[in-house]
Amino acid sequence: MRLASTETRRRSWWRENQQTLTPYIFLIPGVLFFMVYVIVPIFESFWLSGFKWDGLGEREWIGAANYVELMDDPAFYTSLKNNVIWLVLYLLAIPAGLFIAIFLNQKVVGIRAYKSLFFFPFVISQVVVGLIFAWFYAPNFGLFYILIEKITGSGVALLADPDLVTYGIIAAGLWPQIAYCMILYLTGLNAVDPEQIEAARLDNAKGFKMLWYVILPQLRPATFLAMVVTVIGALRSFDLVSIMTDGGPFGSSRVLSFYMFEQALSEYGYRMGYGASIAVVLFLIMMVFISGFIGKMVSDERGGN
Amino acid sequence: MRSILALSTSAIAVVAASTAVAGTVKYYADYDPAPLAAMEEIIADFEALNPEIDIELQNFDHEGYKTSIRNFLSADAPDLANWYAGNRMAPFVNSGQFADISDVWEANGLKDLLASALPSMTIDGKQWGVPYTYYQWGIYYNKDAYAKAGAQVPETYDDFVANCALFEAAEIDCLTTGTKALWPGAGIFDYMNLRTNGYEFHMDLANGKVAWTDDRVRATFAEWAKLVEPGYITDNHAALDWQDAAAQLVQGTAAHYVMGNFAVAVFKEGGMTNETLGFMPFPTINPDVPRAEEAPTDTIHLTAGATNVEDAKAFLAYMAGADAQTKMNAAMGQLPINKDATVAADDPFISAGFELLSTTPGGIAQFFDRDAPAEMAKIGMEGFQQFMVQPDQLDAILERLEKARQRIYE
Repeated sequence: MRLASTETRRRSWWRENQQTLTPYIFLIPGVLFFMVYVIVPIFESFWLSGFKWDGLGEREWIGAANYVELMDDPAFYTSLKNNVIWLVLYLLAIPAGLFIAIFLNQKVVGIRAYKSLFFFPFVISQVVVGLIFAWFYAPNFGLFYILIEKITGSGVALLADPDLVTYGIIAAGLWPQIAYCMILYLTGLNAVDPEQIEAARLDNAKGFKMLWYVILPQLRPATFLAMVVTVIGALRSFDLVSIMTDGGPFGSSRVLSFYMFEQALSEYGYRMGYGASIAVVLFLIMMVFISGFIGKMVSDERGGN
Repeated sequence: MRSILALSTSAIAVVAASTAVAGTVKYYADYDPAPLAAMEEIIADFEALNPEIDIELQNFDHEGYKTSIRNFLSADAPDLANWYAGNRMAPFVNSGQFADISDVWEANGLKDLLASALPSMTIDGKQWGVPYTYYQWGIYYNKDAYAKAGAQVPETYDDFVANCALFEAAEIDCLTTGTKALWPGAGIFDYMNLRTNGYEFHMDLANGKVAWTDDRVRATFAEWAKLVEPGYITDNHAALDWQDAAAQLVQGTAAHYVMGNFAVAVFKEGGMTNETLGFMPFPTINPDVPRAEEAPTDTIHLTAGATNVEDAKAFLAYMAGADAQTKMNAAMGQLPINKDATVAADDPFISAGFELLSTTPGGIAQFFDRDAPAEMAKIGMEGFQQFMVQPDQLDAILERLEKARQRIYE
């Protein structure tokens, strides 16, 4: 009798709260994996960055010594500087993608084929992009090298030049990134209200003014998204550096993510703590941008945009 | 059931049938196809002699192996694993991942048979693995380029540098290298330093006992600068893989290449023959220094987590023997370490290497990235590459290396 009554009570409690509880139950697997694979490792990195550890033997707590060393490490500053260059130049993908999207946003025969051709670089793997550009720049037989040699008389081996190498890699990275921004803008352009354009036209708006005051404001969600993926893409650039130069020549094309890998995980890297401290710095830099983006999203939603 | 199978069917069936029994030795390795075939043959020989033991070989590609060894040694250790001699094995020895096999050396007289590799296999007075192959480094040159430039094969480094002017006049790069992967530059540094300051000093430097800002180190770089400053070394080497540079030697656009003997296969694939490809030891710089050479040694180790120690040790002892080493090195085109093993007499490069290494008075170095700890090796090799691109930055490079030395060796 008592048993039955608790049973009914419990069932009714479940019934009453089912609506509110269900979303949380569905969230549990996602949250769990996010905790285990993202949140916990972040804190683990912070913790690990206080150790001197080769990944195999005993850990030795050294406090902030890794960070002190980082502040005095020229390779760290090279990586940081390159990350800034990446960040700035990578943003060029946004206007370039917009330009191509507007150019392709017309109705002629076979436009879909052209669109997919422009989108193609985003589909192929970064590794392939890196290899193609490495051949393109290769001294003596690369197309780019030969072209420069024809024009100026002496070839430039971009990937062997410590001052130019980062720009060479960024150019390779821009190729797929522009395609990505282009596709974001193409979908955005579909949503542009034709009536507003019509109205603007009646008011005699055209060319750049039409773009700036009528079309771009309507593309704001696409611009925001392009901004997010480009900034994050620039900060986590790793594959191209690894494929094209391996950080060389003598470390001049390193970025933070690559330097972290080199110190902690590569063939010559046995410094887990030092690698973790680089990861922490990179994480903090990313946090600046990510929290900015999240703040913007939240305020947009609150504003009922 | 098993014995019936073993008796009635082929050797392959024996291997298959005994896979699950106690005599299984798990062996992780990173062989190229030719040495892999030889190793499989050696394993078959060994299993024929020891039918109760089954060697289970798991082969990885080189780069994947280098990154995964740390994981599998601590997580799921095989009984045997391939690695390298010298300081490259130190992290695994010091963290207790490789097992001491001094008893195998003692019981089989290996200290005598493998004497040339004894120093590089010894840490704390104990032996930590069995070396099975090494190969010489030196200068490979294009004989056609010599004819075209009208040069004579040099005896001393001064002659070598003087020749470079002839090659430059014939529009041939005197020395080629491809330092995209950094290590080929370290080969040049090692020889410059071995010839200028000798083996002892070179080892002291690799072990962090000498400052990089020492005048003797500067003397080494001063010799090197005789090639760098006039531009005798191939331009853009920082963007070239070592194979790209090998192509230049093959095509005759470069005359010399400081390389290991494994490059001979690449030169010959490119069309060079024993008539057009030459080998010479790195020429003398300081005649008062006893000649030392570079010969990186590949090794097999017993892991600390091994479950079948007895059988694994039996295989190591077999691998140290003259027969196994002869067979393995014939396939690899390299040199056996066992002094009773034989080398192919019809290969002039192997014969030259055998002669060179067995008569070395000064000592045998492993290679910069094996003699120096990993971190120092990386920073050092970057410095060598930078020096060959920006020789005017030497002071900054040496100071950077010195700072790294003070941190790394403590």
